[in-house]
Amino acid sequence: MSDTILRTADGKPLKAALQRASAVARRRAFWLVLPLLAFVVITFVVPIGQMLSRSVTNDAFSANMPQLVAWFEANPEGTEPDEAAFAALAADLTNAAAERTIGSVATRINYDVSGTRSLFTSAGRKAKKLEAPFKESVVAMDPKWGEPIVWAAMRNASAKLTTSFYQAAMDRKLSAKGVFEKAPEDLQVYLKLFGRTLALSAVVTFLCLLLGYPVAHLLASLPMRKSSLLMILVLLPFWTSLLVRTTSWMVLLQEQGILNNTLVGLGIISDENRFALMYNQAGTIIAMTHILLPFMILPLYSVMKTIPVSYTRAARSLGATSWTTFRRIYVPQTVPGIGAGGILVFILAVGYYITPALVGGATGTLISNQIAFHMQDSLNWSLAAALAAMLLGAVLALYWVYDRLVGIDNMKLG
Amino acid sequence: MALPIYASPLERVWHKTYLLICAGIFLFLIAPILIVIPLSFNAEPYFTFTEKMLSFDPEGYSLRWYDNLLTHGMQAPDMVRDGTWWSDMWNNAQWIRAAKNSAIVGFWSTLLATSLGTLAALGLSRPEMPYRKLITAILLSPMIVPVIITATGLFFFYSNPCSVLGPLAPEGGCARLTSTYLGVILAHATLGIPFVIITVTATLTSFDKSLSRAAANLGAGPVRTFFKVQLPLITPGVVSGALFAFVTSFDEVVVVLFIGSHEQQTIPRQMWNGIREQISPSILAVATILVIISIALLTVVELLRRRSERLRGLTPQ
Repeated sequence: MSDTILRTADGKPLKAALQRASAVARRRAFWLVLPLLAFVVITFVVPIGQMLSRSVTNDAFSANMPQLVAWFEANPEGTEPDEAAFAALAADLTNAAAERTIGSVATRINYDVSGTRSLFTSAGRKAKKLEAPFKESVVAMDPKWGEPIVWAAMRNASAKLTTSFYQAAMDRKLSAKGVFEKAPEDLQVYLKLFGRTLALSAVVTFLCLLLGYPVAHLLASLPMRKSSLLMILVLLPFWTSLLVRTTSWMVLLQEQGILNNTLVGLGIISDENRFALMYNQAGTIIAMTHILLPFMILPLYSVMKTIPVSYTRAARSLGATSWTTFRRIYVPQTVPGIGAGGILVFILAVGYYITPALVGGATGTLISNQIAFHMQDSLNWSLAAALAAMLLGAVLALYWVYDRLVGIDNMKLG
Repeated sequence: MALPIYASPLERVWHKTYLLICAGIFLFLIAPILIVIPLSFNAEPYFTFTEKMLSFDPEGYSLRWYDNLLTHGMQAPDMVRDGTWWSDMWNNAQWIRAAKNSAIVGFWSTLLATSLGTLAALGLSRPEMPYRKLITAILLSPMIVPVIITATGLFFFYSNPCSVLGPLAPEGGCARLTSTYLGVILAHATLGIPFVIITVTATLTSFDKSLSRAAANLGAGPVRTFFKVQLPLITPGVVSGALFAFVTSFDEVVVVLFIGSHEQQTIPRQMWNGIREQISPSILAVATILVIISIALLTVVELLRRRSERLRGLTPQ
């Protein structure tokens, strides 16, 4: 039996020895990657996870109003708030005012029912003096306390986890019945903004393709010496600071800027009819197209470089016109490049923040600007996290498509 | 690209038009970057060419905005320019401070990203690497995920970094990483890592593995093989990855805005403030300097690429 098994020089079965050797090699390769993987997990994956958990965490109210939360748990939805509920409310308000958490409680309810911030803060100041029967005395303090929508909002805020920030991010508002309903047309903000973000990104991607295709074709068909000179014109914008490029466009596109001045100087437009190219969608589209164009040209170029000239020559010699050759022979071979460049530009465009914030004005801003607004100005961090999570979902879906189409390890730079 | 001799007159006309269109697109690409250079020498506080500039009158041009870069924020900018003036500028001028911050953050984040990234690229390029696709996707994702999302996540994380430890976290959390240099450096390193991975892996695919085996055969240990054989050959890739990482940090503003404070004012953040608030042609002077830096960087990367191709030509495939 033993002579049928191949053995190594020291008598171990070859199969086991090979397995051990490859396990050692695998472990070694993994050890090399591990430090970086740990680093990226801690500084990137974990923070994003925290952001996701932030978007469903609901502790601003539930952690600070324990007695009322207990009452909501004991009584099913639809129960009229009774004396016990008002007593719990009064006790919690007194405590929250003493511990100075009333502000965050008020802010939390204010997200769902706007205009209730002062209701809570002023009640916090007076709650100590309230006496039984609490139902009458609380409502006497401010009749708003009797309104069903305030109670619906408090019930909604009393759960530890919530979807209400996602509901808000999809323009759904809490109604008096305690359910989320679609907000009226004129109050819808975020869905429109998501729509605009996708539409503008699609326009920018299309323009990049339109401008990038001929240039990439030219670069791929010129002899090496000339094409590497022209390539510098593509790579220089790629290496130049984003803020520099945005500033340049601001200089060019202003009402009193170079473009308008030149057009007026040439007599093409009159002085009163200067184009408004900045602080609107036009500005965002022009500047973003310029900034993202290299990301379209480079993948297109690397695909076009590999297409043999003999195919188009064969088509011509078989009688096809130059247009037919281009349409039926050349373009189909460049589809991988179009896909790679298109998705890359679209992914980058969807998340753009700096350029729209500087040249976009009111109509040219994207969803990222709204996330920044909630992070820095309105301080509704949970809503910002929910919006960011939705954007992240879209980007990751595109990333997956990109990986399937191009392969993430085929990404090249310059 | 020459036309074939059998091209019809219509095709010849179209070919000329095509070249014209391409020239227009190249102009679109390059003109906005070059236009800021002459404008930064404007003698007037305008963002457009003045009459004097257009007639090439020397009075229309001045270096006042470059001077303003040095003096802005100084305690006594109008003094005689002696030693105290220069030390005042070095310590107090806002743009100088921003440049110093950018250099500090850029240097450390590049060092971190390049060392960890090169090590990981070595592992990823080995054929035995388990879960290669998944891990590559994770490591490259900071490049794909919009910076605003990364910045939002980092803001929550940095507010209480110990929360990652879960139940093991010390009571009341630990020191915040927001408004610290360390926080900004770590974030910028994360953003630069994908570029290092991509460039170094690309160089490694053309690395001839028999060279490492030969070194091992001659008695060199793995560490010595790496430093004496592998590293010299992949240096071009490592350096251009480091340059990418540095540029990423040098150009990054969203993370600095979200988690940095006034202390960590970098050049992009100072520019951002300048563009949003007191808009002055000083911005154009900074932009010009940055354009010149990027031309220098592009040249270095191009030379490295050529060197890498030459080295590749020497090694048998």
